Amino acid sequence: MGYPYSHASEVSIISKHFGDPDARTLEGWKKRGGYEGLQKALQMGPEEVIELVKDSGLRGRGGAGFPTGLKWSFMPKDSKKPHYLLCNADESEPGTFKDRELLRWAPHQLIEGCAIGAYAIGAEQIYIYCRGEFFEANQVLAKAVEDAYEAGILGQDVFGSGKRIELTVHAGAGAYICGEETGLMNSLEGRRGEPRIKPPFPAAAGLFGLPTTINNVETLSAIPHIVAKGSDWYRKWGTEDSPGTKLFCVSGHVRRPGNYELPLGFPLKELINEVCGGVVDGNALKAVIPGGSSVPILSADQVEDCLLSYEGVQEAGSMLGCASVIVMDETTDVVHQVMRMSSFYAHESCGQCTPCREGTAWVTNILKKLLAGKGTEEDLTTLMELTDQMTGTTICVLSDSVAAPVQSSIKYFREDYQKLIKGGEVNG
Amino acid sequence: MAKKRQPPVEKASVQLLVNDVEITVPEGTTLLEAAKEAGTEVPHYCYHPELSSPAQCRLCLVEVEGAPKLVPSCTTTVAEGQVVKTDSESATKMRQGVLEFYLVNHPLDCPICDQSGECDLQDFVFSEGRKHGRSKAAKRVIGRDDFGGDILFYGDRCVMCTRCVRFMEEMEQKPILTVVERGNRAVIDTFFEQGLEEAEWAGNVVDICPVGALVSKDFLYKARAWDLEHTPSICPNCSMGCNIEIHTRDNLVQRFKPRKNIEVNGSWICDYGRGGYEWLNQGGRIEKPTMKDTHEPGNGTQEPFGWEDLLRGLGARLKESAESVDVIASPVSSNEDLGAVLGLLKALGGGKILYRCPTSAEEVKLPGKEGLRRTNQLAPNVDGLKILGAVNVGDGSGAGGLEDIGASNSTVLVLGDRLEDQKDGFAENAGLLVYLGSHASQALSQADYILPITTYVEQEGTFVSSGGRVQRFSKGLEGPHAARPAWSILNELTNIISGSSDGDNVEEAFQKLSRISDAFTGLSYEDIGPEGVQLDAVAKKD
Repeated sequence: MGYPYSHASEVSIISKHFGDPDARTLEGWKKRGGYEGLQKALQMGPEEVIELVKDSGLRGRGGAGFPTGLKWSFMPKDSKKPHYLLCNADESEPGTFKDRELLRWAPHQLIEGCAIGAYAIGAEQIYIYCRGEFFEANQVLAKAVEDAYEAGILGQDVFGSGKRIELTVHAGAGAYICGEETGLMNSLEGRRGEPRIKPPFPAAAGLFGLPTTINNVETLSAIPHIVAKGSDWYRKWGTEDSPGTKLFCVSGHVRRPGNYELPLGFPLKELINEVCGGVVDGNALKAVIPGGSSVPILSADQVEDCLLSYEGVQEAGSMLGCASVIVMDETTDVVHQVMRMSSFYAHESCGQCTPCREGTAWVTNILKKLLAGKGTEEDLTTLMELTDQMTGTTICVLSDSVAAPVQSSIKYFREDYQKLIKGGEVNG
Repeated sequence: MAKKRQPPVEKASVQLLVNDVEITVPEGTTLLEAAKEAGTEVPHYCYHPELSSPAQCRLCLVEVEGAPKLVPSCTTTVAEGQVVKTDSESATKMRQGVLEFYLVNHPLDCPICDQSGECDLQDFVFSEGRKHGRSKAAKRVIGRDDFGGDILFYGDRCVMCTRCVRFMEEMEQKPILTVVERGNRAVIDTFFEQGLEEAEWAGNVVDICPVGALVSKDFLYKARAWDLEHTPSICPNCSMGCNIEIHTRDNLVQRFKPRKNIEVNGSWICDYGRGGYEWLNQGGRIEKPTMKDTHEPGNGTQEPFGWEDLLRGLGARLKESAESVDVIASPVSSNEDLGAVLGLLKALGGGKILYRCPTSAEEVKLPGKEGLRRTNQLAPNVDGLKILGAVNVGDGSGAGGLEDIGASNSTVLVLGDRLEDQKDGFAENAGLLVYLGSHASQALSQADYILPITTYVEQEGTFVSSGGRVQRFSKGLEGPHAARPAWSILNELTNIISGSSDGDNVEEAFQKLSRISDAFTGLSYEDIGPEGVQLDAVAKKD
């Protein structure tokens, strides 16, 4: 059920109990079928759980869309080393607010998913790295973890199975880059939150140099349902390549912004016009960012036939990312919005890699100059070249995230830029 | 004899193509090192062969056939049959782009920057960068910060390679430096009130800084890099035998810099060693060989003589002296000096060699480099002296221990030790007192002969380090006109006394050692390459 608004098109699996305070409690969660998935998983072999998740086709909800079961299967099978499961709850992509709701309303769903994941990959320790600014979420989660320990769901002997699963919640200190998986690991280890070079990949050497799997909150929240009801059940929704449901965080110029759980492959147009009640004030749609601020912007034309699946959005020329749909109507100053995004990235760049450290700030400077009416046509060429040099050249993808909106906006909204160059103003 | 190199053990060889040059390197070699083998230096800042590689400067990206994007050559290891192109269009374009990014905020203050002339940014931009930068915005200003000790930080020039941070963390293992803030506001800083005065190897951060962000207060504005002569040498301030380069200008030592030798000091030297060069520039030199006027006993005047007459006279007097000879050597004396002393003693029928050496109770280790330390012995050739039979006397400050020296009719030869702890008129009852020294000595002002010698920087020769490694040093300064290496004077005396005619060159002076000590058997001066030779290895070989 969407939050704060809901819609008939929704398929409520992970968001079913949003807004229901009773579902936050252990008893309330159990009444609603909670922890059946974990108990079932404990009866299965870890390999069997991984196979089941593979069959479900669940893909990582953190943005990259990597198949979850496959990721789990990368963990070494017979290593004597401790394994770790990390849950990335450092939700900080501009436009994204799904994990916050999952943490607030369904903390036990996440704990259950984490425990199943840990069991499957042979980890005895789980860390949930939770964004520090999520005060309520942190409190709710802390209480839920405490209750789960008391009930023997976490700890030395999970549900009497003899399995040991510990869970620690760690609050971040407010850096966007700590949501990048290896930056998160550094931060958790007490180092500067700076992404690491890959390889080695986390499954080989992750947290404290040990085999680690890291999954997003939403991914892990779907796990209990898949384990309890099977992969075929999960595949009832979504497309062949993007099965299941997904939370869509809609913000911007729509009448009813919010979280909506929809089957993947849902038409973007319908999301905006039906589910969210259409663009505000009856204005015309100008642009949509379909997957959080790091993905290319879609023009109104591209939105027309765009289907919200991993492959569908890619076909339309962008990425599904974490399904944070930012809707912009005709009153939007695209250049200003792009500048806002690039300022954010310049501020959040960890400063390791030169193209990102210098490039994000430089791009922002040029955009500010353009907005001040002091830009030239040459600046657009420079922007395109700089962002080219910022794509695929750094340790993580933060600098690519600046490049995507800049390049796509120059491509689709060039006239907005040109109006600024000619001294005219765009949309007031 | 080649330098001793550990062959790569248990590592398979990998064959690959770098810029169309086929090379074979051990498994695990990075592309950057492999390219070096193939004769290409890939530009880089953050990579340093003796530190971890964060791959963050993004300058060393190269093209590998089949890879979806450019890869950092400092962390990517070689694979069989790999085809690597460091100068492909995409790699070159990328480097040009990264260099332009650096110049967004790096000030073009080369004319007043200490690093100018030995700056990696200057070099790389000059060879590959754009002619004009496109960033027109004002540059970020961070300003100057005193990091403590000898280190000054010019934040504006920093390229954020973090070599300094990693040196302090991984090598000295005192994490005093860190990166604070992020993005282009990131800057190197010390922790709160902590500073590098607590460090004992901090000078190395200046050496590894690829730009002029970290500079030495001692060297600041002293000389331009291109005006300096570089002389390969050995640090004289302890017995570790760290390889150094002595940078000189106007016949003065301007600074010591480490010279890489993986077997000894890697790329590092300690602050104690680095700072101890002023004595080589000190005045008060003995300019001419002199002899006390024996015709008018007691008047104390010393008449200058030409070398030839003087040494002939001295030779005759030495020959007459039946008593044994006491030699007080200095631990800065070279092996050749000692060999020449031993040769002279042999010709005279024996004697003993003493030396005094200042010591330190504490060693100063560099934890990240096994074995590297400032040793207890604060002089460079203690081990050479020991091998050649010299006996240590005196206390830890390098004083005392000479009470039995100077009996009447004895012959005393002082070599290099200024005897600063001794009273005027040292060994005045001795039958013959000879001082071979670089600097005037109060205690020895009444010596029968005062002979000017060159300091070790004004001559070439060898020392033996505490690890038993014989290493060469070269001549970097001109000594006073009349001064000669001690070995040259002593060998000439031996020639006079025994009628021999050994040549007056360092090679032969070194050759004498193999006749005296087994440790040097089979080793010639030319055998000792720039990285020295381990003496045990020589002994084992034969």
